[in-house]
Amino acid sequence: MSDLRDLYQEVILDHGKRPRNFRKDESANRQARGYNPLCGDQLQLYLQVDAGGIVREASFQGSGCAISTASTSMMTQILKGKTEAEARELFDKFHELITGERPSGRLDQLDPADLGKLSVFAGVKEFPNRVKCATLAWHTLKAALDAKDEPVSTE
Amino acid sequence: MNASNETMAPGAPGAPPAYDVEAARRDFPILDQRVHGQPLVYLDNAATTQKPESVIRAISDYYRRDNANIHRGVHELSNRATRAFENARGRVRRFLNAAEDAEIIFLRGATEAINLVASSFGQQLAPGDEILISTMEHHSNIVPWQMLSQRAGTVLKVAPINDRGELILEEFERLLSERTRLVAIVHQSNSLGTVNPVAEIVELAHRAGAKVLLDGAQAVSHHPVDVRALDADFYALSAHKMYGPTGIGVLYGKRELLESLPPYQGGGDMILSVTFEETKYNVLPYRLEAGTPDISGPIGLEAAIDYLEQHDLASIQRHEQDLLEYGTELLQELPGIRLIGTARHRSSVLSFVVDGAHPHDVGTILDLEGVAVRTGHHCTQPVMERFGVPATVRASLSLYNTRDDLDRLAAGLRKVIEVFG
Repeated sequence: MSDLRDLYQEVILDHGKRPRNFRKDESANRQARGYNPLCGDQLQLYLQVDAGGIVREASFQGSGCAISTASTSMMTQILKGKTEAEARELFDKFHELITGERPSGRLDQLDPADLGKLSVFAGVKEFPNRVKCATLAWHTLKAALDAKDEPVSTE
Repeated sequence: MNASNETMAPGAPGAPPAYDVEAARRDFPILDQRVHGQPLVYLDNAATTQKPESVIRAISDYYRRDNANIHRGVHELSNRATRAFENARGRVRRFLNAAEDAEIIFLRGATEAINLVASSFGQQLAPGDEILISTMEHHSNIVPWQMLSQRAGTVLKVAPINDRGELILEEFERLLSERTRLVAIVHQSNSLGTVNPVAEIVELAHRAGAKVLLDGAQAVSHHPVDVRALDADFYALSAHKMYGPTGIGVLYGKRELLESLPPYQGGGDMILSVTFEETKYNVLPYRLEAGTPDISGPIGLEAAIDYLEQHDLASIQRHEQDLLEYGTELLQELPGIRLIGTARHRSSVLSFVVDGAHPHDVGTILDLEGVAVRTGHHCTQPVMERFGVPATVRASLSLYNTRDDLDRLAAGLRKVIEVFG
């Protein structure tokens, strides 16, 4: 049986209540909108990626449940200073942590260690109908990275 | 309908027998289980109700004994299946007090019933003709009319609701015009619980020369419905929201109206004869029922109606109204809870938001306590927008719920407040 506190860890509750990097970034050169029509969660992700492909700034605005808000907040924290390739690697690892499934096309063993604080989301795996809440931010990140300079929507 | 105005001592001669909710609960095998280690509390009845043993048995008996395709069969099983299917039609006719069996069309659900009217009645409309709905409609009574507008150039008008979630009748009346061809309105709101003054709405619409389609998906399991007394032109319902199976529903329509409709879908059963030069359509109700239908569906629906009437809708109504008042009080005692939908005439729905906690998180915590509620926009996004919330938590009641269920809901909510407060 899953426990309430496995899902709602203090860190998650904290970021859910007081999300970090919660602001619009006028200087962002990568943006994407994430929307989950099922529950109405929506977010706008702002990235500043420099010429060397390093994420310099990450911020967001939007509304959603504690899981989705905390996931986005903590993602923006971990992204700063990462290369695009490292960010995509994190996507794969986070995906495996939450769903228990290795992303398609990957055969190598993924090391969850560098997810760091994000490992608090491991409890989500026991709540299949909350997986989308936790991964919305990350799918939005992928959309932002895939698009060049143009804002895109995941819809 | 007048039962609530009568005052009779329980047990007095002529008084209705006391409603025995514990006996009713034993009729629903699914209720006897634990979820996340807790006895199940099922409060998602506006989404779908559970099914009593008698409904489950009627469906499985049909497949065990009588299954065959209906109509035109010469063999015994086909005769039995046809008889069972058509008996069910008669049962629905009596339940709604329609004039004749041919006015009962079996479809997949209330959604398809509304789509049939939009499609077939819609073919008779001209650009500029108006359809009038309300803010509190389910998406299934919004989108078909938007699609019709795109197809046929009709104009969709929306009557507003007030802060309690009640239709503003003066505004509704003001929006009726000589171009209004159809008023399509919900009998009981699924997300607010508001019960609309449908008799008055029908009268106003008819005075303006418009036909009326009532979406009765939520209403039929909570209120006696008499389509002739209401003078409704169309009435739509879904079996699964009234203790019957999923996948089957009904469109009631007045005969002269149904007669005037062009066919909805083409296929077997809806024809008298087919050649490549000319096809002659069948008579009602078959003309609007193409293809082999869900045969076990109406049979299950009949058993559900038998079940409802065996309890007597008036006692179910009293029981559910008591629960609604009790649940409303419990919620009002909790800090940081705001009810969405406080209509003076409200039934079976407690829709609310919790300060600082997203409905999705509330739903997960309640689930861990064994309490099943629905969270989200409940297919009524315009209602959410009207109240300025992205979603609500909805606890919806049925004949087998108890005060204890609501105590469990309140206890779960105290946990939510503890985590998120």
